[in-house]
This record gives sequence, C-alpha cells and structure tokens, in this order.
Amino acid sequence: MSALVTVENLTRVFDVSKPWLNRVIEGHPKLFLTAVDDVSFSIPKGKTFALVGESGSGKSTIAKMIVGLVRPTSGRIAFDGTDMAGIGTDAASRRLRSRFQMIFQDPYASLNPRMRVGDIIAEPLRTFGLETDRAAVSARVSELLRLVKLDPRDSVKFPHEFSGGQRQRIAIARALAGRPEFIVCDEPTSALDVSVQAQILNLMRDLQEEFGLTYLFISHNLAVVRHMASEVGVLYLGRLVETAPTRQLFAAPSHPYTRMLLESVPDIGMTGRARMPPSGEIPNPINPPAGCHYHPRCPLVREECRRQRPPVVTVGADRVMCFAAGEPR
Amino acid sequence: MTDSPLPRKPGLGERWAAFWDSDIAWSFRHSPLAIIAALVVAIIFVAAIFGPWFAPQNPFDPSSLNLMDGKTPPMTPNAFTGTRFLFGTDDQGRDVFSTILYGSRVSILVGFAAVALAMGIGVTLGLIAGYRGGWVESFIMRVADIQLTFPSILVALMIFGIFKGFFPAGSQNDLAVPVLIIAIGLSDWPQYARTVRGVTMVERSKDYVSAARIIGQHPARIMARHVLPNVLGPVLVIATLGLALAIIAEATLSYLGVGVPPTQPSLGTLIKIGQEYVASGEWWILLFPSLTLLALALSVNILGDWLRDALNPRLR
Repeated sequence: MSALVTVENLTRVFDVSKPWLNRVIEGHPKLFLTAVDDVSFSIPKGKTFALVGESGSGKSTIAKMIVGLVRPTSGRIAFDGTDMAGIGTDAASRRLRSRFQMIFQDPYASLNPRMRVGDIIAEPLRTFGLETDRAAVSARVSELLRLVKLDPRDSVKFPHEFSGGQRQRIAIARALAGRPEFIVCDEPTSALDVSVQAQILNLMRDLQEEFGLTYLFISHNLAVVRHMASEVGVLYLGRLVETAPTRQLFAAPSHPYTRMLLESVPDIGMTGRARMPPSGEIPNPINPPAGCHYHPRCPLVREECRRQRPPVVTVGADRVMCFAAGEPR
Repeated sequence: MTDSPLPRKPGLGERWAAFWDSDIAWSFRHSPLAIIAALVVAIIFVAAIFGPWFAPQNPFDPSSLNLMDGKTPPMTPNAFTGTRFLFGTDDQGRDVFSTILYGSRVSILVGFAAVALAMGIGVTLGLIAGYRGGWVESFIMRVADIQLTFPSILVALMIFGIFKGFFPAGSQNDLAVPVLIIAIGLSDWPQYARTVRGVTMVERSKDYVSAARIIGQHPARIMARHVLPNVLGPVLVIATLGLALAIIAEATLSYLGVGVPPTQPSLGTLIKIGQEYVASGEWWILLFPSLTLLALALSVNILGDWLRDALNPRLR
C-alpha cells in the first residue's frame, strides 16, 4: 500500500534562551530544546497512524510541522510524494493545502467566537475557491452540517451557543469542507466529556470509511488509540521509541517504556493483580539523559544505554529503539 | 433526511431583540449613571450637529451681530436694545448660547476625527506588532514607549508646530482644524497599539488562527478577519475614554492659542476668550462654555468607564 504521508528524520529544535541582554549580563549560555529528534514514519492511504506519549514528548510539534504551522529544523515531510518544505500562500500551495486539514484539541479555542458557524465552515470553501456563488456555499455548508449530525439551521448561530461536543463537530465539518484526504487530529477528544468522546470518535471513524480519509491521530489516551489506530508510534522525549501495528503493540510491546505505559492503563481484568507502578518522571527535555533517554527509568538498563543512542531494530512488524529489543525475557 | 430551507441570517428585528437581551444592554439598563451620561452626550451631540438650524444667530456672521447687545448678562434685558439672551453675550454682542452650539461642533468634530486617526494608526500597528512578533514588534513598541514618555499634549504641540512651519501664513487658518486633528491623533496612538498588541498576542496563539493559517490565508486577511473582531472590545473602551481626552486636548491647545483660530472657535477658544472678561465681571462668557466642556468630557468619560466594566468578564 502506498504511503500518503512520509516523515523522514524530522527534527525540531526550539531556542528557549533568555533574551540577549539577560544572557550577556547574567552570563547564561544559549538554551536549546530538542522537541522532536530524528523521527521517521509513514502513513498509508486510508489508515490511521497514532502518536502517543506524555506531555512534552513532541506529539503536537510533529502535528504542527506536518500541517506547516511550525518549520522543521531538519528532515523532510512528503505529502503524496510532494515535499512540503516552503509551502506558502500562493495558488500551488493552496492546492496542496486543500488536501490536508487539522482538528484541534480545544473546540473552545479553535472556532472564532465572532464568526457564525456557517462562515467558519465556509472559510476553506472560499479560500480554496471550491464554491463561489452564495447558494452553492450555503448548500455545501448545510450538507457538511448534516454530515456531522448537526442541523443545517445551526449555520447562523455563533460557536458559544454550542456544547463542547457540538463545537468539535463544527470543527470536523470545517476540516471536511475542502474535501481533504488527510486529517491531523491533535487530541480531538481530550477536552471533551467522556460521554461525548465516543460519539466524536465513532463519527470520525464513520467519516474515514465514507471518504477514505487518512488520519494522524495524536493522543495520550491509550484506550482511544486502540479504538482508532491501525498503527501506533510511541514518543518519548521527542524520539520515536517504538512503532508497531496496533494489535501487536497492545499484545506484545517491545520497548520497556511502551510496556510501562500499557501497565499503567487500568482495566477490569487486572483487578487484584499486582502491577508494576510507573517509576520516575519524564526528565527535563532541555537537558535529557545521555544515550537512551529512557535509561534512568528503565528496568533493563545496561552499560551502553547510558552512552549511546540505541539503534532502531526491526522485530517482525515492530520497529523498536532499544538495545534489548528482540532478546528473550 | 428532509431538505430544510436554506439558512437565512437574522433580520433587523431579531438582531435588535438579541441586542436588547445582551449583557451589554442589560448592564446599560441597570446603570442610572450611564443612562444620564448617555443622555447628556446625546443632547450635546444633537445640539452641536443641528445647532445651525436652531441657533438664535450665526455668531460668526458679522451682519447678524449688534454691537449694542454687547456684554448682556444672561436672562436680563439689554439696557439699550431690550433683547434677552439665555447665556448672555460677549463684548461684540455675540449670543454665548449660539457660540457654544457652533463651538461644540468644532470640538466634537476634532475629537472624533482625532480618535479615528489614533485608532487607525494604533490598531494597525498593534495588530502587526502582536501578530508578527520579533524585531517588527520590538521596533513598533519601542517607538510607542518613547512617545509615551512625553506628555501627549507636548507631542501634539510639537506636531502642531512642525505642521505650521510647512504651510504659508495665509493658509494656516483654513488648515487649523485638520492640523489639530493630526496633532492630537498622532499623539494618542501608542495607547491603542499597546492594548491591541497584547490582545493580539493572546488571540494569535489560539487554534482558530492556526486553522486559518493551515488553509493558507494571507496574514493580512487573518489579522483583519479573525484577530481584529476579537480585539475590538478593549479598543472601543479606549476610544470612548480617548474621545473625552481628545476633546480636552483640543480645548487645551485652543486655550493655549495654538488650536483653531477665533474666527472659527471651539469650546477651548471660547474659554480662552471668556477668561479675558472674567476679571471685569462678565463671568457668563467664561462659565457657560466651560460647563459645556465639563459636561461633555465628564459624560463621555462616565460612558467609557461603564463600557469598560460592562465588557470586563471578570466583573460580571
């Protein structure tokens, strides 16, 4: 199956130094934060690739780089074979932009409070020049609202008249307006009530089936990822430590960090059973541990982990960044 | 699914009903002070705008003046002609009430135009500074900071002086009002720029701006269509308070003799003229223009204060 989105050796370094004058007077050196460190993956057409990780692991930075909100420091992002570097606001860029979209975490911040729902959804239509006359725009907006199970009459309302779940539906309708092939979903349900989360997730799956959409799904909720993804990438301090098909990752995780994450998920079958508690905390990303970033927390730590970055090893369909990968335990 | 009728934007009646139910309208209806201030402002505005239609005389048309009417106290018959004047007359027989009607026009015109100019410059620069960041922001905000270290009346005086130097003496009276507007407008923009920059920085980090960037909207369009409507609340408050300040600034400049010429007086010019007579007992020439200015500036200020509180979500 051909890959729709390919990410190769993607790296993003943020300059988090104090202002120049403070550095000179207080004698501090420049500080850099490597938010994303040499990440590679590809997403086949029609599939869902999930990125999981703790806060600060670089999930959202990867999402922002893919949609062009943040420029990569190095590495390459290709969309259907086209390099995304230097995407701007010209006509050719817009044609490329119309093929991908993003759904954001907080539906209270992702809809302009001063715009009517109809105008919010119509904005991509007008920007991409897909519909020009008023009646056609209005008809398409109604169609999109129905698609996300809202009433077409809602288009004259303002976002504050809706609940969180309804707002996320509006955001999905806006994302679908330009008929994209690929949607980046940055924790689309983590700001919603649990009762609404499943509705939104099922809606997203239905839409994926209907339009053959490809998703990059970002989440810290493993249950949600298991429900949505066909393949999962686990991030730890900006590095992709394990990439595996969902079923395999949940059944037989290879990386010690993935194992710890899965251990920490509560489930009914585990009641009364002793479990390994998560140990340690995520280190300061400005000054991460040498070698394998996970070594201070790792139960399998050995000498080379402290010195060298582990290589990416392929174990079956599983790609793991660990010295102990593939060894029997 | 059945086809529902195409959605339609609400009509005027529905919009008015929605406005009447809004927090702002509710807050207004429950603030007696704001209602009184709005009434005073409305009366002065209407009087100023329609003044020439009902003023007893045109005080700046020499043919309508009678020197014998000079220095008549308010509401008393003139010793020679027997005419009564509501607010009295000045030394040339000008009806003070009429001069106030004509003078408020100039004051209000200068006030509004100066606020519009300051707002235009300040909002534009503030949006650019807040949205672009980096050295553009540093440059704009440092210029604003430097200008803020000078009292704005001093800046206005300086700008006024520079403009006067560029024009021949003969054209100065005709250009006095536009130059005054530019002087006051240019001296007031940093306030708007600072506020707008702050709000813009908050708004630009929100995801609705990201959504617009993803589809490749031009930054200018994002600023105008997405950010601007969301920064207008605080701008409205500063503009209202700024209107009172601009009217006072105009009066101050005119009082200092650098504003509008006596042939086309504003409230400030009237106060300046009146001041020359107060020592000789003709108090009304000074008192009534001063009271008008006070009522106007105070009421606009009260409205601005009310608006600030009404728009502040933390005080609701």
